Amino acid sequence: MMNKIFAAMLILSVICGAATGRIQDVCNAALNSCVEAVELFLYLLGGMCMWGGLMRIAEKAKITDMLSGLFKPFLKHIFKGLDLNGKAFHAICMNITANLLGLGNAATPLGLEAMRRLEQEEQPGDTTSRNMIMFIVLNTASITLIPTTAASLRIKHGSTAPMEILPCVLITSACALAAGLISAAALDGIHFGKRRDK
Amino acid sequence: MSDFVIPVFIALIMVIGLAKRVDVFGEFTDGAKENLKSAFDVLPALIALMTAIGMFKASGGLEIISSAIAPLTEFLGFPRECIPLALIRPVSGSGALAVFESILTEVSPDSFAGRVASVVIGSTETTFYTIAVYYGITKVKKTKHAIASSLTADLTGFILSALTVRLILY
Repeated sequence: MMNKIFAAMLILSVICGAATGRIQDVCNAALNSCVEAVELFLYLLGGMCMWGGLMRIAEKAKITDMLSGLFKPFLKHIFKGLDLNGKAFHAICMNITANLLGLGNAATPLGLEAMRRLEQEEQPGDTTSRNMIMFIVLNTASITLIPTTAASLRIKHGSTAPMEILPCVLITSACALAAGLISAAALDGIHFGKRRDK
Repeated sequence: MSDFVIPVFIALIMVIGLAKRVDVFGEFTDGAKENLKSAFDVLPALIALMTAIGMFKASGGLEIISSAIAPLTEFLGFPRECIPLALIRPVSGSGALAVFESILTEVSPDSFAGRVASVVIGSTETTFYTIAVYYGITKVKKTKHAIASSLTADLTGFILSALTVRLILY
């Protein structure tokens, strides 16, 4: 699916660019986006090293054990068949903690660590494992408790009640997450059903 | 207030680490070194994604799709001003923030469209970026229904952001 989306975006940009007369902008974007990607990568690289280091200390100090104990009752229903005392689950718990606290800069490096460890533990080869999909859905649906970015931009543009959106945000995120997880579980039955019989 | 969260979080890890007699500096550099190597696996996916997004944003395709799907979103009660935001949100975080700011300059943050845009920003994530980068660090090529399920969550988020604002704030 990523193949089709990637190709469609590139082809559509050329067609749209020609139609809107903005082909020069498209040309510039084609040449410069890779440089932006490297800048973003450097930013991510720093974050990954920094949070990878802190994660290691947190593991040795048994902080991740405490966190995973906290999340286990909820997450054991989502991550079926995953070792709940394993290293992948620890990284997942750290990633969720960062997400809940609204620390996007920390959540991505910790999430990458979790994906890497999921791959080591589950050895899925070139096809995603069920738990990887669940973890992706958890991260693509926002589970932030306090929408700090939205609130601060609302203040900047003169909102009289920047936090009034909070109940709407919480209900919307919870329902979106539920919809994502339910659809993943439902599609999972179709895709992985055969493999589980073995 | 929120400026306290990260520094306190880090300090807390250090305090507990020292209390448990962890070799904090050695462990930090070991963990960092391990991620330093694996980080490079993400770069190809980032370059592919950023090029596709950058070209698409520059082409004006977003505006074309926005006007094409306007009748449908009107039927769902989703404000016209927020369509470009919903379209860019799944692919680009910085792009979404730029569109969000331009919406807040056009209409008041306390108007219906302003509130819906705020809920969209607060309750959704950059789906494609996350999927591309997260799978980019693994050898996984076939992502099965990861995209479909994540987009189900996004779509639910867009529809409900308009619905909750209408029900709760009016």
